[in-house]
Amino acid sequence: MLDQYIGVLLTFLFAGVIVAGMVSASALLAGRRHSPVKDEVFECGNPSSGPARGRFPVHFYLVAILFIVFDVEVVFLYPWAIVFRELGVPGLVAMGLFLGILAFGLFYEWKRGALAWE
Amino acid sequence: MATLAFLVLAALLVGSALAVVLHPNPVKSAMALVVTLFLLAVVFVLLEAHMIAALQIIVYAGAIMVLFLFVIMLLNLGDEEQRARPRRRVVVHGVAWAAGALLAVVLVRLVAGAPLGRPAPAPEGYGSAALVARSLFTDYVLPFELAGLLLLVAVIGPVVLAKRGR
Amino acid sequence: MWVDVGIAAAKAFAVVMLVLNMSLVLLWVERKGSALIQDRIGANRANVFGGLLPFNLGIINTLIADPIKLLTKEDLIPAGADRVLHFVAPFLAVFPVIVTFAAIPFGDVLVIGGRTIELQAAALDVGVLYVLAMSSLAVYGVVLGGWATNSRWSLLGAVRGSAQMISYEIALGLGLVAAIMTFGTLDLQEIARAQGAHLWGVVPLWGILYQPVAFLILLIAGFAESKRVPFDLPEGESELVAGYFTEYSGMKQAAFMLSDFAEVVVVAGLATTLFFGAWQVPFLARDGWHLPGGVFVAMPHLAVVALQIAAFTIKVFALCCFQILVRWTLPRYRYDHLMDLGWKWLLPIALANVVVTAVVVVLVA
Repeated sequence: MLDQYIGVLLTFLFAGVIVAGMVSASALLAGRRHSPVKDEVFECGNPSSGPARGRFPVHFYLVAILFIVFDVEVVFLYPWAIVFRELGVPGLVAMGLFLGILAFGLFYEWKRGALAWE
Repeated sequence: MATLAFLVLAALLVGSALAVVLHPNPVKSAMALVVTLFLLAVVFVLLEAHMIAALQIIVYAGAIMVLFLFVIMLLNLGDEEQRARPRRRVVVHGVAWAAGALLAVVLVRLVAGAPLGRPAPAPEGYGSAALVARSLFTDYVLPFELAGLLLLVAVIGPVVLAKRGR
Repeated sequence: MWVDVGIAAAKAFAVVMLVLNMSLVLLWVERKGSALIQDRIGANRANVFGGLLPFNLGIINTLIADPIKLLTKEDLIPAGADRVLHFVAPFLAVFPVIVTFAAIPFGDVLVIGGRTIELQAAALDVGVLYVLAMSSLAVYGVVLGGWATNSRWSLLGAVRGSAQMISYEIALGLGLVAAIMTFGTLDLQEIARAQGAHLWGVVPLWGILYQPVAFLILLIAGFAESKRVPFDLPEGESELVAGYFTEYSGMKQAAFMLSDFAEVVVVAGLATTLFFGAWQVPFLARDGWHLPGGVFVAMPHLAVVALQIAAFTIKVFALCCFQILVRWTLPRYRYDHLMDLGWKWLLPIALANVVVTAVVVVLVA
């Protein structure tokens, strides 16, 4: 059973080594000529306009929470998708109820405008 | 061989968990937590719970930790300030480590003292998605639907809180 | 046992090389293809041997000169940026994408010396979930990429980019659910094998015949996940400079670019496996051709394997070219329209698709 994962481990190893080598290649191979202007971030030529990490709209947080909830819903759908033929109509009803509850949630957010403006 | 793999894994797990707790930078702490959760999924794989391992990564390491990172970035949490009072730091660390050590001792004694025989070999297909699915949607349908309700609360709650006063 | 490990290592290496090489080829195809679409010549300036040849070879430019340039650029890290995260972010942008391909089968079986080798780097029982898991880890590259550089514009691009990626991940997941419902298994090799049957003996029963809506959803969500036009606002060429990877130079920027093309290859690979029969060649079974009308032409095993791998590669490449075509054809979505599309259109349509499929299958079968 577990030897399925040898392939995964080896792929991780190869990909990890190659990508790590790639990302550190510039740092190792390229020259380094430091000047103060290279320290500034790029703002299309304008001098840096203030602290980088100001506050951000709370909307991104809402999107992340909604993503978690619907991700969990999708995650419940996967095992069901494999056995739903065996479960027949009762399984359909059970999952239908679950999806209905969450569809109601989606509808509620839609009406409340949580999905709008972004 | 399996024991060796598990020991290495456990060492890495404990190391990254310690990094979560001890690192002053919140973003790196969160990334250490992602690593911890990923390693936890590997532990699940060693326990033959393949589907749960994948779901652990999809939901926990892939969704919830993204939320953590968003919150850290939105709140613009900086590095934990080194307190000007080193004595208080020593006290806090001392209490934390002592409590952790106490918990560890209790757990080890419980597990070592319990009359556990060799576990029965896992039945064929244990941990596979089909087996989990069948029992989830037949024996455990009610908890499943209640989980749906819980998710509904999780959807409605933040919307209400965020839109309050608009 | 060591022979098994060696074989697994060879397959893993082959898969990683496949993704990387195809990404490189796509880079050149993109430059020349976009030039073709936009009625111009494209990159053709790099010349070999300094003018000895009477023509310029554009491909030399892309495949040799460009990497050399990127390798030798100074690795600039802005002041105030976090050095560790500045390294980790491009790593996390590329790594999960390449690793996803491990679960995708590129052939049936190879029988050599009495050994039956599955042509799949990781023959996972939960292959689809593995693909989804690795895709969800790809968000960290974007999020950390913007955060690590202490630049407000990068951070804005990063947060928008990650919000976009997570919004479309749900639609992607639901599209995959519909495809899984058709085949009843999470194992990608099983799904590939299940597409070998033929309808009425003539039409190959590929996934797209069962789930065209799911294919469209997968494609659109795949575009959004890889942040390609029409969904490339987080990268925002001409708007946010380069968005979340503005402050990365040299090979770190190459890594972000690579993650773009690698994601194209992965989306194409996934779509091929689920909807276009993976390595299946119509009428070709393990022992030879079973043509309609009862004609049977035997084929040596290695020829069958070679044909199947070639079929897989061609299908993946065709889908990649299609993605490149779409990139240079459609204009960019505005950000709120983009999020609307993800939450208000794709999500309900994908859910409806799942429900309809379920009802049809249970009530009819």
